[in-house]
Amino acid sequence: MSGPGPRLAQVRALVENEDAAPGDQPGIVGRMQRLCRAASDALTARGVGICLIAEVDAQLTVAASGPVTEQVEGLQFALGEGPSLEAHAARRPVLCSDLRGSAGTRWPGYVPAVRAYGVRAVFSFPLQIGAARLGAMGVYREVVGGLSDEHLAQALTFAEVATVELLDSLPAPGGPHRVVQDAVDNRYEVYQAQGMLTVQLGVGLVEAMARMRAYAYAQDRLLGDLARDILAGRVVLEPDEP
Amino acid sequence: MTMVTAERLAEVLVEVADTLVDEFDLIEFLQMVTRHTSDLVRAEGAGILIADHHGRLRLMAATDERAETVELFQVQTEEGPCQDCFRQGSPVIDVDLAESGDVWPNFAPRAVAAGFRSVHAFPLRLRGTVIGALNLFGTQTGSMTPADVRIVQALADVATIGLLQERAISRGEVLTEQLQAALNHRVVIEQAKGVLAQVHAVGVDDAFDLLRSYARSHRRGLSEVARAVLEDPKSVPELTSRA
Repeated sequence: MSGPGPRLAQVRALVENEDAAPGDQPGIVGRMQRLCRAASDALTARGVGICLIAEVDAQLTVAASGPVTEQVEGLQFALGEGPSLEAHAARRPVLCSDLRGSAGTRWPGYVPAVRAYGVRAVFSFPLQIGAARLGAMGVYREVVGGLSDEHLAQALTFAEVATVELLDSLPAPGGPHRVVQDAVDNRYEVYQAQGMLTVQLGVGLVEAMARMRAYAYAQDRLLGDLARDILAGRVVLEPDEP
Repeated sequence: MTMVTAERLAEVLVEVADTLVDEFDLIEFLQMVTRHTSDLVRAEGAGILIADHHGRLRLMAATDERAETVELFQVQTEEGPCQDCFRQGSPVIDVDLAESGDVWPNFAPRAVAAGFRSVHAFPLRLRGTVIGALNLFGTQTGSMTPADVRIVQALADVATIGLLQERAISRGEVLTEQLQAALNHRVVIEQAKGVLAQVHAVGVDDAFDLLRSYARSHRRGLSEVARAVLEDPKSVPELTSRA
């Protein structure tokens, strides 16, 4: 299996090589801030923001490439409408290459508000793995026009990396924060095992995936192989494993 | 292979059109297209794969477990007729699997072991962009007529239209939105299969049958029921409580 190809490695390298800025938060938030800046440069955007839409109380945390983008990103939550909320709800990207025209009827409050910041096009990508949904990544541009195919694929990959890093930042039982750098494994066994674990461990999908990844990392195993063992009952993760 | 009768083709097209306007479930729709395509040209199985943003093909639907297993193997080894068809953008027609060991050293023996002898792959295409492929398996070679080829390509095009649903296809952006939604739909179904396999102590294939028969008998979409299993299990107690 030759894996997901060079784009994933390229995007990860862009995030790794992004310098920390003064005022960056520690830990995963800081990492998401660097990811937003790397994505913004790579996608020739005005800014990139990441919002977390919590499953329980819809509380939002925001990381962004800069303070202005952070304000822009926050607008839709104040207004209760916008592309990232829609991407989260519809479980697919929401790509709006021109905020004039029909976008104004789609988001009557949001569009004038972001246009006042000079934003002319918005592209939002859900951070999700199946029914496990974390939030969305918004890409803001000051020019009207769509993302090129290459930029689209890159943006989807940035969103994929953000999703995985957020999952891996969840506190794993008995261990410090772990960053699992293996390839995103798309074999369906992984998702089947994830579903199975929600029942075995009595946890949600997000935590089930985080637990599975942490276990694979600790045992130095490939996620797909571990998933097959979980499905076959050869490996059982304990509900309160120390 | 005998030619498809006009009546039979008309029946299929009517069913496809009905599905497009009814409560639409993409995965179910693609499954129906694989079933009809396979039946129409008397093949022994079919599968539909679409590409993600890394250009990797991922299985969306298959007629049955045998076809699904061979398709998933093709996806994992990144080798086989669908890969070739997707990369070239043109059909791969009537390849003898017994003589394809050089071309597909991993895939061909596996497909032969599953009982298949011939394979065909047709591109899912939209305005010069190839977004995936439809694969057909047979137990004999030399059976695909030129008329069959046209019909299968037409059904592959129908599958593409289904992916886009009612949404305007004028913008490339809509295509990306829909493809990403489709890929994620399939992941949701896999997650729900895992839940049901655990709850009912059955294999994932049986879990899929449970999901599908529940969706059918309640006239609900497959993806919708899968989401309910994951997000609101109490709303589907027949599926999520142990018998």
